[in-house]
Amino acid sequence: MSDVPISNILFVSTALFFIGMYGLFTRRNMITMLMAIELILNSVNINFVVFNKYLYPEKLDGIFFAIFIITIAAAEAAVAIAIIINLYRSHRSIDVEKASEMKW
Amino acid sequence: MNYSSYIALIPLLPLAGFVILGLFGKKYFKNSSGVFGCLLLLASTVLSLYAAYHYFFIDGKVGDTYQTLIPIKYTWLSFSDSLSIDMGFVLDPISVMMLVVVSFVSLMVHIFSLGYMKGEERFATYYAFLSLFTFSMLGLVVASNIFQIYIFWELVGVSSYLLIGFYYERPAAVAASKKAFIVTRFADLGFLIGILILGFQSGTLDFSTLIQRLTDRSSPQLLAIASTSFLGISLLTWALTLVFIGGAGKSAMFPLHIWLPDAMEGPTPVSALIHAATMVVAGVYLVARLFPLFHINEASLQVVTWVGATSAFLAALIACTQTDIKRVLAYSTMSQIGYMMFALGVSGYGGENGLGYTASMFHLFTHAFFKSLLFLCAGAVIHLVRSNEMKDMGGLRKLMPITNIAFFIACLAIAGIPPFAGFFSKEEILFAAWQHNPPIYYIGLITSGITAYYMFRLYFSIFWSKPHHSSPDGYRGITHHSEGTMSMKIPLIILAIGTILVGFIPFSNFISSDGKGFVSEMHLTFSTMPVAIALVGILIAYSLYFKQSDRPQKLAASLGGLYETAHRKFYIDEIYLFVTKKIIFNIVGRPAAWIDKNIVDGTMNGIAWTTGRISVLVKGVQSGKVQSYALYFFGGIVVLVILFLYVLK
Repeated sequence: MSDVPISNILFVSTALFFIGMYGLFTRRNMITMLMAIELILNSVNINFVVFNKYLYPEKLDGIFFAIFIITIAAAEAAVAIAIIINLYRSHRSIDVEKASEMKW
Repeated sequence: MNYSSYIALIPLLPLAGFVILGLFGKKYFKNSSGVFGCLLLLASTVLSLYAAYHYFFIDGKVGDTYQTLIPIKYTWLSFSDSLSIDMGFVLDPISVMMLVVVSFVSLMVHIFSLGYMKGEERFATYYAFLSLFTFSMLGLVVASNIFQIYIFWELVGVSSYLLIGFYYERPAAVAASKKAFIVTRFADLGFLIGILILGFQSGTLDFSTLIQRLTDRSSPQLLAIASTSFLGISLLTWALTLVFIGGAGKSAMFPLHIWLPDAMEGPTPVSALIHAATMVVAGVYLVARLFPLFHINEASLQVVTWVGATSAFLAALIACTQTDIKRVLAYSTMSQIGYMMFALGVSGYGGENGLGYTASMFHLFTHAFFKSLLFLCAGAVIHLVRSNEMKDMGGLRKLMPITNIAFFIACLAIAGIPPFAGFFSKEEILFAAWQHNPPIYYIGLITSGITAYYMFRLYFSIFWSKPHHSSPDGYRGITHHSEGTMSMKIPLIILAIGTILVGFIPFSNFISSDGKGFVSEMHLTFSTMPVAIALVGILIAYSLYFKQSDRPQKLAASLGGLYETAHRKFYIDEIYLFVTKKIIFNIVGRPAAWIDKNIVDGTMNGIAWTTGRISVLVKGVQSGKVQSYALYFFGGIVVLVILFLYVLK
């Protein structure tokens, strides 16, 4: 496993991050946007784990961070879905463009 | 019974009355609020009388000196170990005497108002205000701390303002209440500065400590305050003069008296209580409270003396020319307070030397009786005639026999005819002046003649002058019972009896500058002069006003400019108006208004306008679209990353 160069893995995680970014900016469906955010979070997770493994194999900090992020992502998904459901109830739609009352 | 167990109730009962009547009066006590207020005050008066009896006859005296008792005291605001504002309850001869005067006169006025204010729309509010005033005045007289006196001082000012403006639908009443408030407020500024100087220099606000520190010849505080000078006058003189300015404002001393005559726009019983018997003597009381300090400072005592004498004399002259009966009484109040002031001014300290002090307090005491009686009689007359003008009255003696007699007694008392109350106190004042300051004595003597003249001018014009009352509208439906209800007659009778009797109290045994009573003798040969002058005054009034004639007009015409000047109150109001409107408004007011409108407002408007423009420019950014926010956020991070990686490395 250690013969996989670190740059490859970092390439994967960077790609994942920008795919998530792209999804976040282009999709109007809030569920899809939530999925895009999950992609971004997971790319960060990969980074944490990889740097931990390759640079400080005797430590566990990066892995703990990854676990924290997974937990927070779960909580965030719950909150986000609650918001989306409420939005659906009031707007009959989960299109993010339609919920733009909160402006000047 | 221990003082602390009941003494606090004396001011707190009226306060309770104010709170209850103020909050619930209109709804639940529509008609009973008067009786409710009277009962509370009756309790308060009984307690005051009991406390006075206890203090003067049982435990106030240690050896031969009346001591100062402080049954209740707690620290309210503590600034440092030594400097604090306390709320205390001090009992010494003058505060106990004032407790009796204030609660008693207030009770009389409460009872009188039952009839006088009957049917008034804001009856409950009226009683609430009266209670507030009584509470504040009682709190003022028992203050143990100079700042406490200042707080209650402002409270009586507020209640006076509220009561003068009670008929707020009348523009004159509104103007009068504003005038009273502004003039006294202006004077109180001096009082406040005086307090601050005294407090700063002596390091305490407590009366007894303050006096003890500043009168002890070897104390560092006295040395500091007497040796520091400002504009060539020592700081102690400044402080005391400023405190006196506060007192002069409240006591309507020249030249700050202009509010008092206008204050007569309030209901007449209020004038009797606030503007005759109690609040306006607060200035005298303040000077008496700080008398040991005034005594060691000759200059400020001179100010007190001359301001008092000038006010006494000028007010008496003005009173001769006024035609509104309440205004005559207002000027006579001012004149009598002038007497009290200069009596303090000519007083020494301790024993027989302190005769002026005793006389001043004695006059305050007797004046409260006869002046409130005069005002209440005037109230009864106004209640009947529905006019304040002398020319609408005349020949009322048959219609109002009780008022007639009561008014007559009060006039004799104020004129200083024995054996009525005013005689004794005025004799003492004049005797003290004669001993210490002859010029003041002569001013006092002449003033007492003028006093007798204008009081009897008033008396004859109201009750005699015409054979029967015959005004154009002819007193529709007026019978012998029209003198007013029982509740209006009873206070008149009680106060008239008081006016006859209180002069016989051996006042100097109880109240003296150093607490040691002494026996003041009557000086019969000395007394003949003032009494003779008063009799001359009465005779002149008799010849001019007893029967209707054109002699007064002829006399006024022959005096010409002199009469006109006095009638116009020596143009003091006009001078004030000139100074404020022409000078202060033009030189200070207008430039200040211009700066405020153009520069201050302009700056603020400019800032607001700029902010507005900018926000219009940038408000598009807040579009409500979540994704564009995310884009900005991401863009920002990219910029930061580039910045950190390539520019700031």
